[in-house]
Amino acid sequence: MTQADTSLSPGTEAAELPDPERLLHMYRTMVLIRRHEERVNELYLQGKIPSTLHLYIGQEAVATGVCANLRPDDTVLSTHRPHGHALAKGMEPRKLIAELFARATGCCRAKGGSMHVGDVSVGMLPAIAIVGANVPIAAGVALAAKMQKTDRVAVCFFGDGAANEGAWHEGLNVAAIWDLPVIFVCENNLYAASTPVSLAFKIENIADRAAGYGMPGVVVDGNDVLAVYRASRQAIERARRGGGPTLIECKTYRLCGHSRSDPRTYRSREEEAEWQKRDPIPRFRQWLLAEQRFTAEQLDKVDQEVEETIEEAIAIASSSPEPQVAELYTGVFKDLS
Amino acid sequence: MARMSIAEALRQAIREEMRRDERVFCIGEDIGIEGGFGGAFTVTLGLSDEFGHERILDTPVSETAIAGVAIGAALAGMRPIADVQYGDFLFCMMDQLANQAAKLRYMSGGQVSVPLVMRAPVGATARGAQHAQSLEAFFCHIPGLKVVAPATAYDAKGLLKSAVRDDNPVIVFEHKLLYGSKGPRSERGALSPIGEVPEEEYLVPIGQGIVRREGKDVTIVAKLLMMYRALAAADILAEQGIEAEVIDPRTLVPLDKELILASVRKTGRLVIAEEDNLTGGWAAEIAAIVADEAFIWLDAPIKRVSAPDVPPPFAPLLEREYVPNEEKIVAAVLSLF
Ligand SMILES: Cc1ncc(C[n+]2csc(CCOP(=O)(O)OP(=O)(O)O)c2C)c(N)n1
Ligand SMILES: [Mg+2]
Repeated sequence: MTQADTSLSPGTEAAELPDPERLLHMYRTMVLIRRHEERVNELYLQGKIPSTLHLYIGQEAVATGVCANLRPDDTVLSTHRPHGHALAKGMEPRKLIAELFARATGCCRAKGGSMHVGDVSVGMLPAIAIVGANVPIAAGVALAAKMQKTDRVAVCFFGDGAANEGAWHEGLNVAAIWDLPVIFVCENNLYAASTPVSLAFKIENIADRAAGYGMPGVVVDGNDVLAVYRASRQAIERARRGGGPTLIECKTYRLCGHSRSDPRTYRSREEEAEWQKRDPIPRFRQWLLAEQRFTAEQLDKVDQEVEETIEEAIAIASSSPEPQVAELYTGVFKDLS
Repeated sequence: MARMSIAEALRQAIREEMRRDERVFCIGEDIGIEGGFGGAFTVTLGLSDEFGHERILDTPVSETAIAGVAIGAALAGMRPIADVQYGDFLFCMMDQLANQAAKLRYMSGGQVSVPLVMRAPVGATARGAQHAQSLEAFFCHIPGLKVVAPATAYDAKGLLKSAVRDDNPVIVFEHKLLYGSKGPRSERGALSPIGEVPEEEYLVPIGQGIVRREGKDVTIVAKLLMMYRALAAADILAEQGIEAEVIDPRTLVPLDKELILASVRKTGRLVIAEEDNLTGGWAAEIAAIVADEAFIWLDAPIKRVSAPDVPPPFAPLLEREYVPNEEKIVAAVLSLF
């Protein structure tokens, strides 16, 4: 076991920290995402889940820190790596897992699959697997919130890779010129599939691009859930007040392969070990203990509850019915069945 | 003769053309990264060892740039082989292909030409609606693009080499379940045919179809994966005393129309099988040509066996209903007798 880095969120004022209830909820969300991803990966490797999976292991602090500031009526737009965003936005694990199992009880009735999970009842739009395509759509969701004179915001998660799509640039620009209430959250995990950021960018920080569009750009330690919480809180409050969009770059790392059985031969085990030390979950746990916010027993209890939730969701999903073949032909249009 | 998969045959074609002509280079995402995948389906695996990263050019996740850069380089005397990881992402570069590559020669009064090869994997593999489409018809519809669709290792190598030497833009559609990609990039449920490929140099000319099985009672026209399902259907039909002739067009534009017409004049019946959606599809075009030019030879209506007019679903059970199979082809043939 490597020693976890406990230097969480330097410079955070006590007043800026979440209250105890929210802190515990954030811890729970991170553990829930981690256990979900570990378990569905096992089931995938056993052949019980079809298709492919893009896992969120290592990036839990990003979705958790951002979504801890959101209301149910705010909207999250996601990517091919959406499970963490969905759980952090409040989607029920049983609906998510049933979708991965291709069961009729899945959040998208088994028509979407891993890369398209979503549940609009909790503000999680079905995820979009075309890299960068969710960025202008997020601007559109934010435009609607503005036109409807609400203070809802849209949060658009995407990877470092997406920042090199043309759609990304168009989306950021219109969000800026129209002061749209949208927060662009770049999860810079240093790779787009096998491609390292060093081959895809001439600049150090993707957040620097914000200046080119006239919006604030912020860089945060994406493995520090409190730093993510604080940065996104500011951006979200600003957006709610009509202050316009923000680009937040979260520096993070996926502690797993890109998809399915990726042998990860394009990066070194030493680099992985370095990032393993910064695993956001032990870091947060040790901070919570060191600050005497919670006891180990209290946190272990959360771990145990998460374990039960996931196992129950798997049991329900695996005993749920597959869709009827006739479902293939329904649901293309709203007015026709 | 050497026996190999389609992925290996494509790799050999690229290797030979790059050795022969130093203007030839590859451009795409994750194609030459050290320790990477060799593209989504291993076709370019190992090529950067021989040709270096200048000629196996890794791009950011930027499809418009891939197509645009390839077009520009082609205009200026190079011979790019571009690729997308999934055919669905062709839509991200559609302006470059449809408005630029296809039209520059014509609208310049023949001053310029665009000797570009664009490789794209098609076919449904349980990944949901954005990683599954068969897009052949879209591209056949655009004057100025040649379109090929090899279904065997022999044709893959010979047609890709011809495409590289062609002075026009050529779209090469490859089927994910036919590649025979190995290791972590292998595909569950793949057909992965192994084929014989001559040791000596050869080309398969663009514009020539082939009779895969001779028969006198009905003509079945099918490409890519559907060609194999048509052959399986022909086996079943033979047991029932119906001799089906199976035609693989191999090139879609320009189409070897005479081969199809000659077959229909012999059999008097036509079924076209495709994984594309039905409406406005490729099979519809074949049907129109035969209705127009061989109507008096027909003894029965023309039947299309296509994917229904719905997006590709995720659930394997629904996908099996979506993608036409040998039973559906057999049923279509039997309905003509
Ligand atoms: C338009 C488009 N191009 C390519 C892909 C294939 N693809 C899927 S994930 C991925 C890498 C994306 O990297 P990044 O945006 O950094 O997200 P990460 O996978 O690191 O979470 C690529 C190239 C795609 N899904 N969509
Ligand atoms: Mg990334």
